[in-house]
Amino acid sequence: MTALSLATRERLTDIWLAGPATLAMVVFIFLPVAIVAMLSLTDYQFGATTFSWIGLENYQKLFSSTLGRKAITNTLIYVAVVIPGSVVLGLLVALGLHRMNHWAPRLSNVFRTVYFLPVAATLVAMSVAWQMVLHPSLGVVNQGLVAVNLPPQNWLGDRGLVLYTLSIIGIWQTVGYNMVLFLAGLLAIPDELYDAAEVDGAGSPWSSFWTVTWPMLGPTTLFVMVITAANAFRVFETVATLTKGGPAFASDTLVYALYREGFVYFKAGYSSAITIVFFAILLVLTLLQFRVVERKVHYR
Amino acid sequence: MTFNRFLGRALSLTLLTLGAVAILLPFIWMLSLAFKPQDEIFSASIQLLPSSIEWRNFVVALTETDVPRYLLNGLIVVFGILAFQILFSVPCAFALTQRRFAGRTLIFGMVLAALLVPFHVTAIPIFLGFAQLGLLNSYWALILPFIPTAFGIFLFRQFLAQVPAELFDAARVDGLSETAIVWRIAFPLALPAATAFAIFSITAHWNDLFWPLIATTDPHLATPPRGILFFRDEESGNDVGALMAATVLITAPLVLAFLFAQRKFPQGLATGGLKG
Repeated sequence: MTALSLATRERLTDIWLAGPATLAMVVFIFLPVAIVAMLSLTDYQFGATTFSWIGLENYQKLFSSTLGRKAITNTLIYVAVVIPGSVVLGLLVALGLHRMNHWAPRLSNVFRTVYFLPVAATLVAMSVAWQMVLHPSLGVVNQGLVAVNLPPQNWLGDRGLVLYTLSIIGIWQTVGYNMVLFLAGLLAIPDELYDAAEVDGAGSPWSSFWTVTWPMLGPTTLFVMVITAANAFRVFETVATLTKGGPAFASDTLVYALYREGFVYFKAGYSSAITIVFFAILLVLTLLQFRVVERKVHYR
Repeated sequence: MTFNRFLGRALSLTLLTLGAVAILLPFIWMLSLAFKPQDEIFSASIQLLPSSIEWRNFVVALTETDVPRYLLNGLIVVFGILAFQILFSVPCAFALTQRRFAGRTLIFGMVLAALLVPFHVTAIPIFLGFAQLGLLNSYWALILPFIPTAFGIFLFRQFLAQVPAELFDAARVDGLSETAIVWRIAFPLALPAATAFAIFSITAHWNDLFWPLIATTDPHLATPPRGILFFRDEESGNDVGALMAATVLITAPLVLAFLFAQRKFPQGLATGGLKG
């Protein structure tokens, strides 16, 4: 120990402290990203001993085959339903609870807890519960519909309906999360602005919302939208639990297709191409999210 | 004015209550089926609550199925991941904030880049590697890929950067080794960050289905979400009550943790939202 110079010892300490985490990042993150990018250009199958380079064929297949397109459009529809649904509802709940905080703070807290429950609950287990809620004959939803003389629906078995059913479960799961973000945004709005608006004649709840709350919430709303999009693009648990992409691929999504092609059919090359497309989308969203966070910090 | 205010409050209360009922619906139905006797489950008429509390379903789930095993696996995996994540990321964050060395900027750049990579992207190569090494179907397969946590390093770095360097210098003068400083001084100081990170990490991995579905086929290694699917596919509609009791048991730990730590939970998960 004493044989080593002080500088060497310092370098060894640096390596001892920062080395393991750095090495782990290389092995489990950067190397796999490089490999998956390369695999996407091959026809490699899990277990095969050889493979050949096939250029962009996997990508072509994804964008031109019926199934590939279906997975992409389904994901886009899902995201397009979940973003407005959970952002608008999250905002409405947050506004309601923020106001209620003035006249019934306890009740407001109870509501907050209730709305946040789905975020904390295990989604796969809750999906199994949803399966029973939406069960064609034993489910409470169809029993309710029958009780008021409406036709029962096959929520998870109907090709035209299944994607929207999953979207509603997606909204159910994210409203509470968005509510928390909006509540934080609402708390950050200084009371003086509302007083000023009242002096200027914008005292009614409606006009104070449009003149103060909404403009001040702009950055938060943008942030919530991007974060919701990034999460919605990852939709997997509900699909894997409830539909396995079916019926007839009507609820197939990018991440589920990635899983099925790669780990059920062992088409590593094709699955890698889906992975890279998924990664590209999320990369754009995450960079956007960083930009928004930055703007939020410099806001005012 | 006062009448309008009353009307506004009544309206918002009504709407919020309706929303809350919709949010609670799957929870109520899950609990209701879990406590219902068999014949009430299969009755076609609508009956929101059980006529009497029936514990049989829980007894079945706990004694005749692998649910306890799934819960144990969940604990092993979740705390295994958390322990390694902290063991790796706290020293790294300390080095990044409190030490000067050549690769510092590069490593921090790597952390930021790694934040952009969702886990799904790395799954195929990690699966391939684990298959080569014969690691699939083991606890290690479920734990190892999550050890590098860019988010953890980032969070601890943000926190430790605010600690004045003199504090650590004083410890150095007292003769403490750098490793001792990390664990005896830096880590206790970073405990609030560690709590937020723990909530994020435990929730994410207790709930994860994607990787357990890929890395393990052995039912004895199933984590709670993987296990509940094994159970569902096995019972195939014959014992809905026990299945619902199992989902209650699997959902309960995190929900109870949330109910007991209501402020911390949303905070932890909201910080997690910053991660890509």
